[in-house]
Amino acid sequence: MNYMSKSIVELHKLLKDGVVTSEDLIKESLEKSHFVQDEYNAFVTILDDAKGVPVTDDLLSGIPYGVKDNYSTKGVLSTGSSNTLRDYVPFFSATAILNLESHGAVMVNKTVMDEFGMGGTGTTGHTGIVLNPWDKKRMCAGSSAGSAAAVAAGVYPYATGSDTGDSIRKPAAYCGIVGYKPTYGMISRYGLFPYASSLDHCGVLTRSVEDAAIVVDAMKGIDKNDMTSWDSSNIKLYESLDTHAKGKLCYVKEICDINNYPHADEELRLHLENFMKVIDKCRAIGFEIEEVSVNQTLLNAIPAVYSVISYAEATSNMSNLTGIIFGPRSNKETYIEMMKDYRTKNFSPLIKRRFVIGSYVLQAQNKDRYFHNAQRVRRLLVDKWKELYKKYDAVILPVGTGPAKLFDGKQEMLDEVNAVLEEHLQIGNFGGFPSITIPSGFINGLPVGLNVTGNCYEDSKVLNIAATIEANLEYKNQLAKGGK
Amino acid sequence: MDYKVMIGLEMHCEISETNTKVFSSAENSYKDIPNSNIRPVDMAFPGTLPVVNKEAVKMALKASMILGCQLPTHIYFERKNYYYPDLPKGYQITQETKPAPVGSYGLFKYECKGEEKTVRINNIHLEEDAASSDHYGSFSTINYNRAGVPLLELVTEPDFRSADEAVAFLETMRSIYQYADISEADSRKGQIRCDVNVSIMESDKDETDPKNWGTKVEIKNVNSFGGVREAINYEIDRQIELKESGKYDEMEQQTRRWDEDSMSTIFMRSKVDAIDYKYFVEPNIPKFKLSPEWLESIRAEIPELASERKAKYISQYGLSDYDATIIVKEKDISNFYEETVKLGADVKKAANWLTSVILGYLNKNEIEIKDIYLTPKMLFEIMDLVESGKISSKQSKEVLMHVLDDKKEPALLVKELGMEQISDDSTIREIVVKVLDEHPDLIEDHRKGKNTFDFFVGQVMKATRGKANPSLTAEIIREEIDKR
Repeated sequence: MNYMSKSIVELHKLLKDGVVTSEDLIKESLEKSHFVQDEYNAFVTILDDAKGVPVTDDLLSGIPYGVKDNYSTKGVLSTGSSNTLRDYVPFFSATAILNLESHGAVMVNKTVMDEFGMGGTGTTGHTGIVLNPWDKKRMCAGSSAGSAAAVAAGVYPYATGSDTGDSIRKPAAYCGIVGYKPTYGMISRYGLFPYASSLDHCGVLTRSVEDAAIVVDAMKGIDKNDMTSWDSSNIKLYESLDTHAKGKLCYVKEICDINNYPHADEELRLHLENFMKVIDKCRAIGFEIEEVSVNQTLLNAIPAVYSVISYAEATSNMSNLTGIIFGPRSNKETYIEMMKDYRTKNFSPLIKRRFVIGSYVLQAQNKDRYFHNAQRVRRLLVDKWKELYKKYDAVILPVGTGPAKLFDGKQEMLDEVNAVLEEHLQIGNFGGFPSITIPSGFINGLPVGLNVTGNCYEDSKVLNIAATIEANLEYKNQLAKGGK
Repeated sequence: MDYKVMIGLEMHCEISETNTKVFSSAENSYKDIPNSNIRPVDMAFPGTLPVVNKEAVKMALKASMILGCQLPTHIYFERKNYYYPDLPKGYQITQETKPAPVGSYGLFKYECKGEEKTVRINNIHLEEDAASSDHYGSFSTINYNRAGVPLLELVTEPDFRSADEAVAFLETMRSIYQYADISEADSRKGQIRCDVNVSIMESDKDETDPKNWGTKVEIKNVNSFGGVREAINYEIDRQIELKESGKYDEMEQQTRRWDEDSMSTIFMRSKVDAIDYKYFVEPNIPKFKLSPEWLESIRAEIPELASERKAKYISQYGLSDYDATIIVKEKDISNFYEETVKLGADVKKAANWLTSVILGYLNKNEIEIKDIYLTPKMLFEIMDLVESGKISSKQSKEVLMHVLDDKKEPALLVKELGMEQISDDSTIREIVVKVLDEHPDLIEDHRKGKNTFDFFVGQVMKATRGKANPSLTAEIIREEIDKR
């Protein structure tokens, strides 16, 4: 039987009705895990000894799920897909994982990611690259690559992710599923391996907005261990879910207008065409949608702002990785040599490059020019988006420049304008905005996605808009087809 | 040539009076067993986050108020990034850039050898202590108990003109930390550590013009006040010698360390090798606003400090400057005195007991007042026994020493030692009459002007084994002689 392709509500009913047991679901999920591991290399660890739990009235109880490998999980290897932590078994679990456990959720595997969340390809994890279940010649994007691949391949209804730039929302688009990161601080980051603390969000990858609402309801909550978390007990995402939402949306002309891309290829053209078709459909179902214009120079600054801030925070956040307290310790003579040896051997070149840049922009003589300016522009972008939220319920935009990229694709010339289309989801991290990606169509048989981002604390509004659009498209609960 | 000395201090004092560490829920207390006082965050396990201890912030603000510093409107923290084995995160959470520190730009008065002096405070800030390490021949050990202990760093302008002034200031600060219940400020527990900067200039030059200032030499990690005095004096001599031998101009701005064994300062690094700490705002601690009400409540908690108590003892109690100074030097001793006075003891006699008897005992046995059996109540009881004539003042000292050594209540000791004075008129009179009856010839001698009076007193004392109240005895003898 193929239960793992079902939604959380369906599975819960089957469990309650005694049609299937938690044990059965876990068995199936583990079998699929091994299949998906062989096919797509999505996991760092598969928990073959995972056990069923009693089914309660809790929707998540007894249902298996996956955990991105940068969540600290007690007694279970947690590597962040990095050689620096290839042998690290934590003695405490992340708050979000404890919350899911308390709802009866059963972890069955730990998913591969780009090393410590850095990178958007799913190719930099220490256990090798993750293949896209829609087409093995293509990437899943990243960094939550393994989670996206596993959910799309029907290993379980959901897996946790984390999102510093677009690490949940872009892989979701490339894998034809839903990726949601709630408002900053709604889910505690305690136990999430940090990449860039001011941008890091926990979140989830699912196959429907409904499932995303159910899972985040369970993950969220104020946490005494995370000062940036806040009390969201009055927000009940699933309970208030509405597939007949109305509202006023806007999209940004500079990002969505094909005329803005003089070197557009076929995929980009089809992608934007499809997006405008969906916009028309949204209008038809009652959304009021306007085109707005945002200063191109400001938009062009997005990738640089992201790089400067995230790399700077990352150099500092990962200074605890010395191999002295945890991680495979170097056997060199002095502590300086030990640290150097451990870091040199175990970090991938991509991370080292980012550390060098991060360190450079924080140096006393460069800090104002780079780091402080990046923070100023971050503020300008967030202010601009907040201004939009005064008039609009949410901003709706296409995700990326098309479907998943080929591994051996020509290194496309990312001109500045193209880069904006690739990187604009980072605004959601700059402002801590609730942001969700849902599948919005197909190009050459491969899924593409759209994103809805709203103002802080308006998670319900954002989910309801997304659920309404989802209900009027044909991609809810879709699984990867093909995988050849 | 005469030289003027400019000395500035950085005084680090651990806050010992909070229950927990400054960003961690681990207990803030000295433990003998290494690595027994730690939480995951103290060892920087991946995913752990700092949580600010409000009590520590409160104590830091209290210190800032006492120093007359400007208070910030908001509190936030910064990261100081550097690698060292005793710094598990690879950065220290601190406050550096104004206006972040809990206090800046204070003007503070202290006393040095009876003279009032003023020092400008640059800032006082709250930060976390590092772990402690011990170095052995071929290996080092790290103890994380100290990692995360709250630390106050106080930075002065170079306003001290001698080692005496610098040490007098440090002693004043230690007393303030003790009186305000911020810290035990015990350098033997490593709670106080100082960095000292010293420069000399020709004394006839204008010290307000920075052009005339000498080259600054910073001496790191001087861990006792005695060390501060010696390091400063050593450094002054060393710099004068360089001047005199014409080598001063070759000396670069540098950091040295104080070496206890050789009693000298040793070159560590020159200014050009100064570390760039790449400060940036700690993203995991939201900036928080200080409410005027909270600040007011903190101000109201500032207790009477040593200088105020001393003034009270001199002007209201009539103690000598010398005695007052001795009593207020240690808070526990001053508190002992205050409590004894509160019970109704004579202020001068109580002071006398403390300075002449009790402090001598403490010094001789190298113990502290909180370690002795004697309480203010017991001291008052002993003083009262003398007042009411139950024991002689000579006996009272004996009783006190027995209280200290035998750990018994004064009343019980008086009985056990058979000291209770006979102050009953009829008992003494009976003995007096008997003595006089036996020596009629001596009464005659007395009347003739011979000194036989002391003989009678002696006989009464002999008969009562010294317990008869001497003044009452003398009075009765006089009365009885007159009757005859």
